[in-house]
Amino acid sequence: MDKLHLGQHISRQFNEELEDVRSKVLKMGGIVEEQLGLAIRALVEGDRKLAKKVVKNDYRVNALEVEIDEECTRIVARRQPAASDLRLVMAVIKTITDLERIGDEVKRVAKMVVSKMDGALKEEVRQELEHMGQLVREMLRLVLDAFARLDVDTAVQVVKNDDRVDAKYIAITRHLITYMAEDSKSIPMILNILWAARAMERMGDRCGNIAEYIFYLVYGRDIRHISLDDAVAEITTELGEGVSEQ
Amino acid sequence: MKQSQQLTLEPAKETAPKKVKPEQEGPAVAVENLDLFYDRVQALKDINLDIDQKQVTAFIGPSGCGKSTLLRCFNRMNDLIDSCSITGRIMMSGTNILGREVDVAELRRQVGMVFQKPNPFPKSIYENVAYGLRIQGVNKRRVLDETVEWALKASALWNEVKDRLNESALGLSGGQQQRLVIARAIAVQPKVILLDEPCSALDPISTLKVEELINGLKEQYTIIIVTHNMQQAARVSDKTAFMYLGELIEYGDTDQIFTNPREKSTEDYITGRYG
Repeated sequence: MDKLHLGQHISRQFNEELEDVRSKVLKMGGIVEEQLGLAIRALVEGDRKLAKKVVKNDYRVNALEVEIDEECTRIVARRQPAASDLRLVMAVIKTITDLERIGDEVKRVAKMVVSKMDGALKEEVRQELEHMGQLVREMLRLVLDAFARLDVDTAVQVVKNDDRVDAKYIAITRHLITYMAEDSKSIPMILNILWAARAMERMGDRCGNIAEYIFYLVYGRDIRHISLDDAVAEITTELGEGVSEQ
Repeated sequence: MKQSQQLTLEPAKETAPKKVKPEQEGPAVAVENLDLFYDRVQALKDINLDIDQKQVTAFIGPSGCGKSTLLRCFNRMNDLIDSCSITGRIMMSGTNILGREVDVAELRRQVGMVFQKPNPFPKSIYENVAYGLRIQGVNKRRVLDETVEWALKASALWNEVKDRLNESALGLSGGQQQRLVIARAIAVQPKVILLDEPCSALDPISTLKVEELINGLKEQYTIIIVTHNMQQAARVSDKTAFMYLGELIEYGDTDQIFTNPREKSTEDYITGRYG
């Protein structure tokens, strides 16, 4: 985090406030990651009890979102942050929104496990869902790591990894459509599985969003809705060095 | 110091200013390779910058960085300091205003200045605003009346003082006095207005009124403001120049300077970090 020189404000209290907000984001991310891990295990093992626990624990994520939001509002009101401090606060506000939504998607997967759908979840699909879950979890882990270290390279990697999650989602959808065609009675249950896959696909998108905020935080450049390669190339030319050397 | 042609200055018009002058191309003020010394101490080091017309440009930087010194170059206030020597050029309307042949009194009519502490003359409100015109030999009552009213309206003071124009200006509050001084400055229709920490002696509400005034004035005037209050620079200016130890470190759009400065020292200064 030294890249932001957080510890160097003349106001020590301001240092502490920014540090506090930042570490709470990481804490929130840690809880979401843990929840996601449990949800995947519940899904793979069909563990309803575990799934219920995941659903119940979602409040922890929500509470942290509210708390961090309030802290950011306070910092804006009292400190009028500028430059990298301002970008940190903005990035935090956006990041926690996406983290909270990832938490909601995790809850959605857990709810699917709680509701009865065992019969419809064939081994093949179960494996694919597990794999997809692992990919998403890895994305989340990486993006939190990138946030902690302000590591743009890793953030860029996360955005790229999202393609693999999307591909997996398409593959699973294709399988599920085949099953639905084979057995129309199973359609309600299969739709449930489809929603879970969709939820994981959305988690991947949201990890990508957070990666974009990290890019903004470090370079002050908004790369949403533009090609990632273009953005990286532009920054590389501008700074006269590789992003990886940063 | 390079010499240049005579500064072309039109005499003050005998009418209250209402017409918008035709747009002139290029920057209002162009500073080129400016070095300034107080004795052997170099206070400004190779300053180059273009001040845009009808925009607000803010100079920020820690105490002693040279921002006020630079501001004072624009109406040659530094002429008053014997030990001060300047090289380089400051171009205004195609003329180097540092040239020896430039009529400094006329230059100061075109480049008005407002200081940190309001400095109204111990005269009536009316006479304070009319002062510059009277010096120029304008005595027609109608012209003076019109100009005083126009200038006071432009400085958002008219409604507060219209019923007591003949009372002493010293009876006004600090915020009102500062707006009066701005009215006095614009009454002679300058091209550029220099503001040297105009709000540092004012309360927050008066500060907001002056800032609102600055925003209104930029439709007609080029404004350069020196301020220690960074939030003020962020609020009122279109462009910001950050100076440090006599050098111009960074100059750019205020939005960019306050969200994503290019230079680390700019970043450190505006975020309140150790340099």
